[in-house]
Amino acid sequence: MSLAQKYPNEVNQIMAKYPPEHKRSAVMPLLYLAQREEGYVTKDALKDIAQMLDITETDVASIVGFYSLYHDHKAGKYRMQVCTDLPCALRGADKFLADLCGNLGIQVGETTADGLITIEAVTCLAACDKAPMFQTQGPDGIKYHENMTVDKTLELIEALKSAGKEVK
Amino acid sequence: MAHVLLRHRDIPNLNQLDVYQKNGGFEAFQKAVTAMKPNEVTDVVKASGLRGRGGAGFPTGMKWSFIDNKNWPHYVVANADESEPGTFKDREIMESNPFQFLEGLALASYAVGANAAYIYLRGEFWQVAALLDEKIADMEKAGLLGEKLFGSDYSLKIYTHLGAGAYICGEETALLESIEGKRGQPRIRPPFPPAYGLYGKPTIVNNVETFTNVPLILAYGAEWYKSMGTPDSAGVKIFSLSGRVKKPGNYELPFGTTFRELVYNYGGGILDDRPVKAIMPAGASSSLIVVDDKALDTPMDYASVRTLGADLGSASVIVIDDTVSIDWVINKTIHFFKHESCGKCTPCREGNHWMLHLTERIHSGEGSQNDVSLLLNVAKQMQGKCLCALGEFATMAVVTGIERFPQDFQKAVKA
Amino acid sequence: MTKQLTLTIDGVQVTVPEGTLVVDAAKMAGIDIPVFCYHPKMEPAGNCRMCLVEVGRPVIDRATGQAVMENGQPKIQFMPKLETACTNTVSEGMVVLTQTEKVTEGRKGTLEFLLTSHPLDCPICDKGGECPLQNLTVEHGPGKSRFLYDEKQHLAKHVPLGELIWLDRERCIQCARCIRFQDEIVGEAVLGFEARGRMTQIISLSEPGFDSVFSGNTSDICPVGALTTADFRFGARPWELKASASICSQCPVGCNTTFNTRREAKAGGEIVIKRVMPRQNEEVNEIWMCDKGRFAYHYAESAQRLVKPTVRQAKASWTDAFDLVTQTFEASKSDVVVLASGRLSNEDLFNLKSLADGLGGKSILYTDMGGGNLTAQVGVGQGTDLGKLGKGDTILVVASDLYEEAPVWYLRVKQAADRGATLIVANSRHTKLERFARYAIRYANGDEVKTVADLQGDSKIAQEFANAQNAVVFFGSDGLGLNGSANLAAACAKLLQDTKHVGKANNGLIGVWQRANDQGAWEMGFRPEADLASAFKNKIVYIVGADPAGDDPALALALKGARFIVVQDILETLTTHMADVVLPAQAYTEREGTYTSGERRVQRFYAAVPVHGEAKADFAIAGEIGRRLGLNTENGSAMVTFDRLAASVKDFAGLDTNKLAEVKPQWPIVGRGDLYYGGTTYENKQGLGVQLSTAAERGEAVSLPEVRAESALRPREDQLLAVPVTKLYDRGQTVASTELLTQRIGEPTVSLHPETAKRLGVAAGGRVSLAFNGLSAEALVKIDDTISAGVVLVPRSMGLAVREPVSVQVLGLAEAKVS
Ligand SMILES: Cc1cc2nc3c(=O)[nH]c(=O)nc-3n(C[C@H](O)[C@H](O)[C@H](O)COP(=O)(O)O)c2cc1C
Ligand code: SF4
Ligand code: FES
Repeated sequence: MSLAQKYPNEVNQIMAKYPPEHKRSAVMPLLYLAQREEGYVTKDALKDIAQMLDITETDVASIVGFYSLYHDHKAGKYRMQVCTDLPCALRGADKFLADLCGNLGIQVGETTADGLITIEAVTCLAACDKAPMFQTQGPDGIKYHENMTVDKTLELIEALKSAGKEVK
Repeated sequence: MAHVLLRHRDIPNLNQLDVYQKNGGFEAFQKAVTAMKPNEVTDVVKASGLRGRGGAGFPTGMKWSFIDNKNWPHYVVANADESEPGTFKDREIMESNPFQFLEGLALASYAVGANAAYIYLRGEFWQVAALLDEKIADMEKAGLLGEKLFGSDYSLKIYTHLGAGAYICGEETALLESIEGKRGQPRIRPPFPPAYGLYGKPTIVNNVETFTNVPLILAYGAEWYKSMGTPDSAGVKIFSLSGRVKKPGNYELPFGTTFRELVYNYGGGILDDRPVKAIMPAGASSSLIVVDDKALDTPMDYASVRTLGADLGSASVIVIDDTVSIDWVINKTIHFFKHESCGKCTPCREGNHWMLHLTERIHSGEGSQNDVSLLLNVAKQMQGKCLCALGEFATMAVVTGIERFPQDFQKAVKA
Repeated sequence: MTKQLTLTIDGVQVTVPEGTLVVDAAKMAGIDIPVFCYHPKMEPAGNCRMCLVEVGRPVIDRATGQAVMENGQPKIQFMPKLETACTNTVSEGMVVLTQTEKVTEGRKGTLEFLLTSHPLDCPICDKGGECPLQNLTVEHGPGKSRFLYDEKQHLAKHVPLGELIWLDRERCIQCARCIRFQDEIVGEAVLGFEARGRMTQIISLSEPGFDSVFSGNTSDICPVGALTTADFRFGARPWELKASASICSQCPVGCNTTFNTRREAKAGGEIVIKRVMPRQNEEVNEIWMCDKGRFAYHYAESAQRLVKPTVRQAKASWTDAFDLVTQTFEASKSDVVVLASGRLSNEDLFNLKSLADGLGGKSILYTDMGGGNLTAQVGVGQGTDLGKLGKGDTILVVASDLYEEAPVWYLRVKQAADRGATLIVANSRHTKLERFARYAIRYANGDEVKTVADLQGDSKIAQEFANAQNAVVFFGSDGLGLNGSANLAAACAKLLQDTKHVGKANNGLIGVWQRANDQGAWEMGFRPEADLASAFKNKIVYIVGADPAGDDPALALALKGARFIVVQDILETLTTHMADVVLPAQAYTEREGTYTSGERRVQRFYAAVPVHGEAKADFAIAGEIGRRLGLNTENGSAMVTFDRLAASVKDFAGLDTNKLAEVKPQWPIVGRGDLYYGGTTYENKQGLGVQLSTAAERGEAVSLPEVRAESALRPREDQLLAVPVTKLYDRGQTVASTELLTQRIGEPTVSLHPETAKRLGVAAGGRVSLAFNGLSAEALVKIDDTISAGVVLVPRSMGLAVREPVSVQVLGLAEAKVS
């Protein structure tokens, strides 16, 4: 099913933001929409968006490739993206990340066995005064989690797990 | 002193439209639209001495007056990309004092005759964008946005646009490309956005904090604003303080406040009460200032900071104490810039790739003194040759780090 | 006129038009500034940072507006940093330095940066020898790398971007020339970058990969060996190649080309063509060509080449063959019918016409498109250059899919539209050019003439056409046969004549002919014939450069009615199989001659490779037969034939080989030592050709035919109407033997409206059978919602002989059969 069939309201809202002769502008919001369910942009979605905006699939793919919040492959349901950039690192972010990985038994870039969490290290998220911190990117968008500890994070993961069950 | 920008810290629930309006909100906008000519608004901003808060410190009123009036339509774009490591002020404004920012954006739009304004938020500000969308809807409902405002002929719509994880989109022309649905790569300048901006039309791009100053400047006048700060740097600034301080956070202070006051009076001093070793006053793009008493007593305004061989930039003050080795710092900054180089121009694309290899080698203890000289040389070879400032930014910590903290590198390399 | 500005570059004073870039100004002054990303045909990108120079401008006193003087000279303020010469435009009094130490350091730096990621495979690289990166490295590069080779990023080196173009990811220097070419010049963004920073790499996601008929050009402008053609890859080293000038024989654009040849062991020590490159002619093809022209030359080397005459299908000597042909012609005289095609040169056609006339026989042009008598009257005037059309001018393209039929015209028209020309695209279906049209008119099949007639009304479009400064009309045979296109041509000619857009440069009619030299054939007096079957009946048929039997089973049948058949061609065909005498002809790569393009430009081509077997040039064969019949026809030299032609064909009066060989300086400058500037396109040293004048231009009376109301058969309710359309890559003789293109040629595929397909119970990719004219065939189905429900589009030269609109019976086939 195409995005326009699946999310007619959202698509209309997005298209209304830009002058009709510049509908290409809608490519970024549409990609977020396309990513909502699978967590990445599928080949079909590339085609769909290209058609909707009258640009080539190559054009759309090169947008996906450029921006780090778009993904072209599947990962865990939630990407847990820990900021390890300079300001956070000055406040223990590297150690936090290492401890978290140790607790989950995975390396940075890997996904937990249940497919729920992928741990990633990212650059500054504009929360430098609240390190350690990370964001989760998942079906419900992007959320910040600040002043974190490993314990608090494990609690969050438990909550995400049971939330997932409820949904199913 | 009462806050000018972080007024929510003084007034509870300022992010509610009724509270904001009770405190004088949107009076300036209404007055401008109903009783002032657009260029009169620009003139007040010009007279206030307001300079852009996005980093370059360009006089805001002057920028608005450059708008090309022979080419229509016009656009105004708020730069809410806030991706400089160490910067987190725009987010607080948008989350807690959103209407003052939106009013400033509306005033700027009126001043340059734009009927549409876009707010470009970094993709990670997903929740902030959702909140702004709500606030914009509130304004529409209250007749503060839309067609024929306050019975005038002026109409305005404001839209949010989320980026998707690319620091370079903070650079204004890359940002415009990104709104146009393209890869966020900088354009050749000139022409600058006031002549050739969004969709090729005259466009004003300002930082969120810059806009947030405008409503009170219009309400209280240019003289009031100039009475704060220094002659070179008028008004107040939000300093994002991070790193090895006890109380990191945003502090709104007049320009000219010293580093010492910021770090010790507001930041509560250094963790474990260690001495300060270095300060990066403008985030990861910054030169490293060697901290001594003279540096600590330097007032934070555009001109004074320059005497320390650095720029104030966006005033994202990263504090480094003596437990930290500078070779690690530059390894972190180059990791960032290598990741964020857009890849358009050769020196930045290849230089950062090369520098990362060198800083990794040096930081892991595998490097030699030759590698350090080579690193310095590569950084200098990039300088003055890149298409946009990112490539230049990438070299600042490297060059000043090696030149100002040679002992850290001597320790790091193999004997 | 544009303002002229004077500046100084390395002490040399240069005066150039306002708006000129520093890099171009330097080039005009003979100073080469190295570039990678900049290309004079594209907008500057400023990303490679190779063109760094020092730029100074006079200091202006704000009060007086005058230059501040210092020691009697204007005081110059230099920019603190090096500037990119490709993004700075010149200003009055500017001073540019390109040889200072600072500049040299800057260039060295950029080169060193590029080389950190570049492989060291020059010895096996196709670009080796004509690579600016290699040349500049030799000139400026560091002797030793300061970058640790172990830390180099290793990337894929053999990435097919499609079947035609290969990418070496390690060699790519991210200049984006290829991406920008596809996007800006062609308007098909099928190439892009993925990722960013050092990971930035070229991708193409189109289906098929790199889906553009201009892909080969990217390998010419790629400043390194990152993009290579599948045809030339690892084929030869550039310095071993000889260059000979030619004209592309694939379509009426007449692109100027160069054959690169070398003697090759694989070919038994023979000289063979290794690649075809564009040759600059700014008024014709600029520095571009399409992939068909670039890759489809292989038919000349095909195993099907005829190498020896045959008589009654047995090998024979030329003497025996000539004897039999001459005797037969002698005996039948006015019963001789010469059927020749626009694949032949002007000289060939001239001699063939002389022969037919001398015998009192008939000469017929083998084509399904009419109107060629009109272009000599109201065709485009001398000095026409589509590259000059822009704001205020109008171009109408009617019943033609330029992208498929004459790709470089598509490119030129698209660019004219980019420059502001009003483009009107009128067709019964969507074509690629429509995206750039200000007005897209979709008419019902059969309404072609009416559509053009309506452009003479009060509508906005009509007004715009009438008031255009210059107006050019391209007409074709999309959906039309011989009569339909002739009617359309008449309507177009009337439109141009009535709106006074005739008789001058950049105004007039252009036929999008089916073959490269159809225009020349019309000029020589050849005319098409609607009823070939009657024309053949009981006649002595001399068929040259055509395969009617292969094209249409009905024509094969018709040929059976002929008394005697002589076929002269370069390849074995169904028609040669029916011949009493077969005469082997030389391919255009083996001989010289001239073609007349659709814009009526006469251009000369030369021999590049030795003759296959005993083949002779067509003009020489016809000339020899003529002589034997006592006619004074030339049988030796093509250029002597040309001189005779010029002396007797009115529009060619005054032409000679010298005129054809004239060149003038062209911009941009290409092909000199600094290949990086304009790419590896060849400079034109052999002649730009001469455009013929029109009757309108010479002030002669123009007599245009009556315009008929209806163009052609129109669909009826209870039937489907099959209408022919042209595909660039088809099964025509001159394309099919190029293996590289097999995939692009594909299966015969017809297009149906979605509703029609539904009614027939077929989906895209399904199969149908078609029955018409007593024939039947099968084809794959493509869905096109822009066509009428009453038609089925049938591609020409794909084995389905629809030569004009014809009623068909179409049945959906349940099982998809694999052919
Ligand atoms: C690499 C780079 C990143 C930038 N990032 C930001 C940013 O995140 N936010 C911002 O406001 N300005 C940023 N800027 C500055 C903008 O280009 C521009 O100068 C600014 O938005 C103008 O607004 P102002 O005049 O209000 O400061 C950046 C510039 C560069 C070169
Ligand atoms: S300096 Fe870096 S970020 Fe700026 S254009 Fe060049 S590659 Fe892109
Ligand atoms: S930057 Fe000028 S040629 Fe590439």
